[in-house]
Amino acid sequence: MDELFRQLTAALGQVQGFIYPNEVELQWSILIVVYPYVTGLVAGAFILASLERVFNVKAVRPTYRLSLLTALAFLLVAALPLQLHLGHPERSFEIFFTPNPGSAMAMFGFVYAWYLMAVLLLEIWLEYRPQIVRWAASEPWWPKRLAYRLMTLGVDDVSPEALALDDRVGRAITVIGLPSAVLLHGYVGFIFGSVKANAWWSTPLMPVIFLFSAMASGIAAVLLLYMLLSRLRGEKPDMACLDTIGKYFLTAVILAFSLEMLETIQKIYEAKEHMDILALLVQGRLFYSMVLIQVCLGSLAPIVLLGVVQMIDLPGRARRAIYAVCGILSLVGIFAMRWNVVIGGQFYSKSLLGFTAYKVGLAGREGLLSAVGVLILPFILLAGLLYLLLPWGARKPRE
Amino acid sequence: MSRISRRRLLRNAAGAALGWVAASVARRAGAVERFVRESPWIRAKPYWGYAIDLTKCIGCARCVDACKTENDVMRRPFYFRTWIERYVIRRNGGVEVESPNGGLDAFGRPAEPKTILKTFFVPKMCNHCENSPCIQVCPVGASYKTVDGTVQVDRRYCIGCRYCIQACPYGSRYFNPVTRTADKCTLCYHRITKGLRPACVEVCPTGTRIFGDLSDPGSPVSRFIRENAVQVLRPEMGTRPKLVYKGLDREVR
Repeated sequence: MDELFRQLTAALGQVQGFIYPNEVELQWSILIVVYPYVTGLVAGAFILASLERVFNVKAVRPTYRLSLLTALAFLLVAALPLQLHLGHPERSFEIFFTPNPGSAMAMFGFVYAWYLMAVLLLEIWLEYRPQIVRWAASEPWWPKRLAYRLMTLGVDDVSPEALALDDRVGRAITVIGLPSAVLLHGYVGFIFGSVKANAWWSTPLMPVIFLFSAMASGIAAVLLLYMLLSRLRGEKPDMACLDTIGKYFLTAVILAFSLEMLETIQKIYEAKEHMDILALLVQGRLFYSMVLIQVCLGSLAPIVLLGVVQMIDLPGRARRAIYAVCGILSLVGIFAMRWNVVIGGQFYSKSLLGFTAYKVGLAGREGLLSAVGVLILPFILLAGLLYLLLPWGARKPRE
Repeated sequence: MSRISRRRLLRNAAGAALGWVAASVARRAGAVERFVRESPWIRAKPYWGYAIDLTKCIGCARCVDACKTENDVMRRPFYFRTWIERYVIRRNGGVEVESPNGGLDAFGRPAEPKTILKTFFVPKMCNHCENSPCIQVCPVGASYKTVDGTVQVDRRYCIGCRYCIQACPYGSRYFNPVTRTADKCTLCYHRITKGLRPACVEVCPTGTRIFGDLSDPGSPVSRFIRENAVQVLRPEMGTRPKLVYKGLDREVR
């Protein structure tokens, strides 16, 4: 607790203007920045997978399984930052047992459980089932064979009729899954957008903004992973696939950016009482993370670069380089966007008369190291998933 | 099933749906007549209310001190169940607000006294809102309203997500680092349920703070509200605070 008091005393020294005395402590730390970021990657990756399955975009088939596994790896971690942040993590199960139906946050557990159990796991299982059955019979190393046996869930019927049924059910699940993914992330936006006490958050556009930036980040993540894994395997990535993903990527970035700007312009034009302090916030504490990283590097640069790819006939190598650069820029920009929303919204006082300060500590449950850990963990899980469930070269594109 | 019977089925279903919509529209149209806001203390007695007469506050912060003592609130300058703000309004329209250690540390003498238009003190605390956003957002129902109208936190139940702190427009809540739960003014619930007044009201030397039963027309708070024009903080939030102020300046947030 002494460390907390030291931090708060330091923050108190950096307060500008007037803040309510209880506002010195910034309540939602970097972990709550990581949380919408990770859920966004889940939703985005899943929506990319749905392109192939629901909308029959054949070109993205090479990334279908990778998208699903990426979504799963991040989803398994999504609740961890929340759990780490709670004052009483041991009571978190109360959200499931005695939820307050009026609370947006109480619905998280249900949306999360629904999405994990009823959508993602089921879809992955159906997609891999014939192979799991085959691996369960042919895998020479017994622990891995046992894992596959367990994964079959005791079903080893791979007759053409059974597979046709799998395909139909899988499609139905994706059709349900798409709105579920939208709900999962739109809901995260609602957590912030519905806080009327905070003018920086309170807008009905928040869920939609979160959703489109989630799509951009999820697509960027899968795009980068696909290129990286292809390189590691010594293969050239499928250019038709990359170009198609690039188009959707551009669309998502443009939509997310337009909505963000629409919201900003609306706020400036309405010029309500909180406008002065919000303008100061953007010009001061958020200048680098918002104007520079989120807007210029994270949105405008990818829009220009991906736009160039659409307009000029570039060689494959140049296109791949642009996709890689845009993917990284977008991932960084969207992390900055989450930071600007979550931390930015807590910088200014609800008295609209001043700012508090926040310095991310290195150690501790809510420090930088645990945030980085939460961001690295999905990649370790993904490596495990890829090891068990090889995503490539298994099935021909669906007819 | 033949085509005709399916068509008939659809037609009947559509007709029923249309009828249902029409009936609900007709019912809704009469709703305006029911727009009478009934005070909750008509049915619940007692129903606690609180008033602050800003024309009387001298900023001595005895209330802040008493609150910290009575409720064992940490003596660090980051945790307050009640605090005092001092507003200095300059002739040129400038507004300076201060609350050094919640008012417990001395308010310094304002600079350049000749440029001052007016100064005044504003005690703040939980507004015990009738329509409180903190209760709305609590995922587990640890924040709740008692039958007598106060807003409380069950610290044996709170999971410490801090959503309620974000949702409070008045900055009345804080995160208690000892219990690791949300914390706030209880209106000295342990006292008022025994017929005593809250500690802050008890020690106020000028009668700035007024407490009582809103359901009793003869209570100090009912009389005060009846006899004075009172305002609430941030009415546009729709929280319907049960803490009212007399003499609230337009600059106060």
